[in-house]
Amino acid sequence: MATKAYDSAVEVENLKKTFNGKDYVLNGLNLNVPKGKITVIIGFSGTGKSVLLKHILGLLEPSEGTIKVLGRDLAKLSHDERIQLRMKFGVLFQYAALFDDMSVLDNVLFPLKEHRRDLSMVRKKEIAYEKLKQAGLEEKHYAKLPSEISGGMRKRCGLARALALDPDILVYDEPTTGLDPVLTEMVDNLIVETHNHKKGSSTLVVSHDLHAAFRIGDYIVMLDSGKVLLDGPPEVFFQTEIPLVKKFVNMGVHKSHE
Amino acid sequence: MSITQIRTKVNDTLDELFKSVADLVVEFIYQIGLFMTFSWEAIVAFFKRPYRTKDLIQHMEFVGNKSVFIIVLTGAFTGMAVSFQIYLGFKMINATNLVGPTVAMGIARELGPVLSGLIVAARAGGAMAANLGSMRVSEQIDAIEVMGVDPVRYLVSPRIVAAVITMPFLTGIFDFVALVGSYFLCVEVLGLDKATFWEKTTLWLEPFHINEGLIKAAVFGFIFATVCTYRGFYTKGGARDVGEATNKGVVLSMVLIIIVDFFMMNLIDFYYKITSYGN
Repeated sequence: MATKAYDSAVEVENLKKTFNGKDYVLNGLNLNVPKGKITVIIGFSGTGKSVLLKHILGLLEPSEGTIKVLGRDLAKLSHDERIQLRMKFGVLFQYAALFDDMSVLDNVLFPLKEHRRDLSMVRKKEIAYEKLKQAGLEEKHYAKLPSEISGGMRKRCGLARALALDPDILVYDEPTTGLDPVLTEMVDNLIVETHNHKKGSSTLVVSHDLHAAFRIGDYIVMLDSGKVLLDGPPEVFFQTEIPLVKKFVNMGVHKSHE
Repeated sequence: MSITQIRTKVNDTLDELFKSVADLVVEFIYQIGLFMTFSWEAIVAFFKRPYRTKDLIQHMEFVGNKSVFIIVLTGAFTGMAVSFQIYLGFKMINATNLVGPTVAMGIARELGPVLSGLIVAARAGGAMAANLGSMRVSEQIDAIEVMGVDPVRYLVSPRIVAAVITMPFLTGIFDFVALVGSYFLCVEVLGLDKATFWEKTTLWLEPFHINEGLIKAAVFGFIFATVCTYRGFYTKGGARDVGEATNKGVVLSMVLIIIVDFFMMNLIDFYYKITSYGN
């Protein structure tokens, strides 16, 4: 596999997950997320993309298998070590998951207040402003509540919050779901710009949008039935003879021409 | 249908029945275990540095200050209603001079903490469950967790401690207002003697009776806050499930408050007996 050539940001080995003891959502999944690249995990609905992501973020415990983030086995970490490791992640959730009762600025300040107690409030605000600007959000929106801004702005605010602690791994969970084509392209560009902004950072995108995956991804992983069906650079997906991948690619290409 | 077929069908039905019961028992034990762990984690987390004093004050304001009006309103009418019923009964045996102390004792020891507990559980407990439930389904709790913040410590502990601290104050207010309501009805409306009302009440009602109610109130605060935050925190699904979690949290809190009140009443009575305190 092409990933073996890279250093891995995330290594998943023989990952299995069952919620009821019988049906496996993830069934012996092996995956390497290369460091410094944009990796896109794609697949039809219900193939285990979100469950895999929750495992990588340490929100779910695997039934079997190991997950290593930046070389550290999640299962062997203490509670405090796990918290330290989580600070290496910046996550943009599907619907941004902004705190309803906090303004846009306070949402971005939240991780700084929690983890950068060494900084003065003025410095924290400076960082928050900087991240909001980097995410492309105008200053007039900073005092607004998440319910008072548009979906695209919420994504930008969520991204600014994810960037607040300068993470080594940026994770996007279905970032373009429910967005119109213009906003989708904006978010895709934002992902690439953000990735290029910090050298050496790794980006992991979970998506079902194949067109976007080919546009932004350096490395693509396709899941099916809780396993990796195919992974590699985008070209691999056009050359493969695997019927399901061909079908998915054709659907994605067809959609992109609509 | 042959006897063998009927026997097979009966066996299958019994198997399914036993399996369902076993699943229910396992789920019940699992939930109890999860609840105990959750409560313990929440208590331990509160005492970890840095303390979340600001969050605690915010939640105390929500549970306490914002419940005062409804507590005053229900306290006043409860005092009057109970007084009137007791007056009607005591009038038949010419013991209306005992209405004041009887009401005061009943309010301070039982009705004050129980009704305050039920009212605040419905108001603040319901809000806690709904708030945490909606945060869970909109992935806000996941967001907190992946930002390296312990969500139990951030969201649950301050709510539980705030309820434990504010409930005795709210019950104290309820007791006082109910007594004033009782006085108003007995003396100003029913024409009972003012001096007798206060004399008998202060003679009977001891500080430990009031303390008994205040301790119960703190326990009830702990019960509704823990149950409601637990229900909200572990909500799965969508908006419908948030409503269900809120409903279950409030109903379970109310039932538990009434059951625990009965056992605490007996426990306190037992304590009085073995220490000869209160006799």
